[in-house]
Amino acid sequence: MGAVFASVLAILLVIAPASQATSPSPAPSPSATSSPFSISGFLRNAGAALPDVKISVSGEGFEASTTSNANGSWTIGVPKSGTYKVELDESTLPEGVALAEGQENPRQVAFGQTSNQTTIFTFGAGIVVQQGNFAQDLTNRLVAGLSFGLLLALAAVGLSLIFGTTGLTNFAHGEMVTLGAVLVFVFNAMGLPFWLTLLLALVGGGLVGYVQDAGLWRPLRRRGTGLVPMMIVSIGLALAARYVILFYFGGATEQLPGAQSAEIQLGPISVSPNNLWSLIISAVVIIAVGLMLMKTRFGKATRAVADNPALAAASGIDVDAVIRVVWIVGGVLASLGGILWAYYRPGVSFNMGSQILLLIFAGVTLGGLGTVFGALIGSIVVGIFTELTTVFGAPADLKYVIPLGVMILVLLIRPQGILGRRERVG
Amino acid sequence: MDFAAILSNAFSELISPTTAAYALAALGLAVHFGYSGLLNFGQAGFMAVGAYGFAISTLTFKAPFFLALLIAVVAAAVFALILGIPTLRLRADYLAIVTIAAAEIVRYLVTTNGWTAVTGSANGLAAFEGGFFEMNPFPPGSYPMGMNNRDFFIRIVGWTLVIVAGIFVWLLMRSPWGRVLKGIREDENAVRSLGKNVYAYKMQALIIGGVLGALAGLIFTLPRGAIQPANYGTELTFFLWTCLLLGGMATVLGPVIGAMIFWVVLSLTQGILSGLIESGIITWLSTVQAGQLRFILVGIALMLLMIFRPQGVFGNKKELAFA
Repeated sequence: MGAVFASVLAILLVIAPASQATSPSPAPSPSATSSPFSISGFLRNAGAALPDVKISVSGEGFEASTTSNANGSWTIGVPKSGTYKVELDESTLPEGVALAEGQENPRQVAFGQTSNQTTIFTFGAGIVVQQGNFAQDLTNRLVAGLSFGLLLALAAVGLSLIFGTTGLTNFAHGEMVTLGAVLVFVFNAMGLPFWLTLLLALVGGGLVGYVQDAGLWRPLRRRGTGLVPMMIVSIGLALAARYVILFYFGGATEQLPGAQSAEIQLGPISVSPNNLWSLIISAVVIIAVGLMLMKTRFGKATRAVADNPALAAASGIDVDAVIRVVWIVGGVLASLGGILWAYYRPGVSFNMGSQILLLIFAGVTLGGLGTVFGALIGSIVVGIFTELTTVFGAPADLKYVIPLGVMILVLLIRPQGILGRRERVG
Repeated sequence: MDFAAILSNAFSELISPTTAAYALAALGLAVHFGYSGLLNFGQAGFMAVGAYGFAISTLTFKAPFFLALLIAVVAAAVFALILGIPTLRLRADYLAIVTIAAAEIVRYLVTTNGWTAVTGSANGLAAFEGGFFEMNPFPPGSYPMGMNNRDFFIRIVGWTLVIVAGIFVWLLMRSPWGRVLKGIREDENAVRSLGKNVYAYKMQALIIGGVLGALAGLIFTLPRGAIQPANYGTELTFFLWTCLLLGGMATVLGPVIGAMIFWVVLSLTQGILSGLIESGIITWLSTVQAGQLRFILVGIALMLLMIFRPQGVFGNKKELAFA
């Protein structure tokens, strides 16, 4: 768990400066010195503050050092703007704590137009000191990747179903993912029992899917709006929804109940119970959706609509009803994916959905736009690639880049995706 | 509530360098989408390539201003080539996903800690604008609207660039080359059947729009004297699309006026909302939330525009890239 947490934390700190800037909880304490400029930061390992760590700053003919306080925060005032060397004295770190891989120390900090520069050192719970066994690392990452891939698949299957039946590339799907996690957090804060919060969040997701279709997409289809304008409308919706969530939820990252858990040992694999649960839940749900599509009358109708809406309507299928159900199912799946993503990261924030939206798209595109099983396979590939990159030595803050690059490469060779049907494109 | 200050703030947005940058980038998008029908959702990536291309060649390789500018433009053209080769043969929605992914890849790459020495990681780069402001012909002093000579210079350069680019695009689009491009937008197969190399035309359009994006990145970052990778996220692209659709996508004036409307409205709403909050008329909002409320409005405006007036303020409905 520690390793996953540390790397996820490192990613979040690096890729989400926006949420970091608005997040009030870990803000460094204000400088007590009278210097006009300051360099500050906070030292935390897996959520616990690291006090009494020595940090020194030198440069521009100035030198000073300080130790972090009980909250783990530190501030050094400097006389003027410029470039400074910041060094963390690793010998003063507590036992078993080391800087995360790829953390520069000492590092250069340059002032821009602000009078305060924040620099953040991220830690891994003793992961760097000893590289661990490669094979063991590989299996652990494989399991984590599978878990991540399956939770991506939950959202991707919904996105793919919607694309298949309506042709819409829905950029607002990421916000539906966020909504699931936010709803659990809100209901939980209201003191409801945990199982009820989960249920309400899933119902809420389905409801949002239904309302979106009934209030926006169905009228647009009736008007005969083209697919490209609808795609742009979904971008507007995504933007509006993201800021509505920010408006009510705020910029902080919150934790769901039970987000921290120690890893357990299952034979050769060490895995956190949360990841294991996530893996099992998403596998069961995806199998259920797959069975529904393949075995039931409704599933057959859905596939018929995806294949050819006009022909499906002519053979007596209520196309609108099918699309309505697809939106509801898509909403519920996205919501569930969001809850699991909140445990995987871990944390709930207003932009958590837009962070993985592109990975979901990558999964869907890899598998072939509009094919449900393609979305499943594509997402698992994306999930495993994301986790395995660190095993093979790629820096942790680039782990979302590699699957996106893989998607572009696959499109070069097989534009229709892994399972997509070949059709003439350009 | 100080209406005069609010209005003058809004008016200063009208000619601010940021508005000029948005206008240039949106003009690039007009070349991509309005004239050629290419769904580029990665314009922020082109801006980042331009800005970083300039800053890195200035800081790391100590290149003089014009060489750095050339490098930025070439970098954007190369980026367009790399993007275009896999995607221009694909369906429009694939292109959208690949461009947005490529823009994010650029942002991740300049944020990664491994290359901090070159890219400055999440803190970005600073102090690369010296070469530009050394060329400032205006003596220090006070200029209209409380500007100093730096502010005045960057505005002159920015808006001159917008005007030159606008005339360039206008001339291009009424040339035979531009007519082929519009033909591709309307019916790719028809143009192909006339023996035109559609792929090459699309690639040229992608490069031209991308270079405009890179120049926009430069105008965006020079007055700040700093680049931060967080500024080049997908939201920047979406704001540019809003500007483009506001003005009209297949016009030259549209993106420019669209960018002006976008920033004036943002400034006005911010001024009025925070004025109302300060004077205690609105108590259910904080100033931070007022800022967020504006972006909710941007999203809603984008939706409504697309649904009810897809041709924008200046556009001609016949010139839409989609039926």
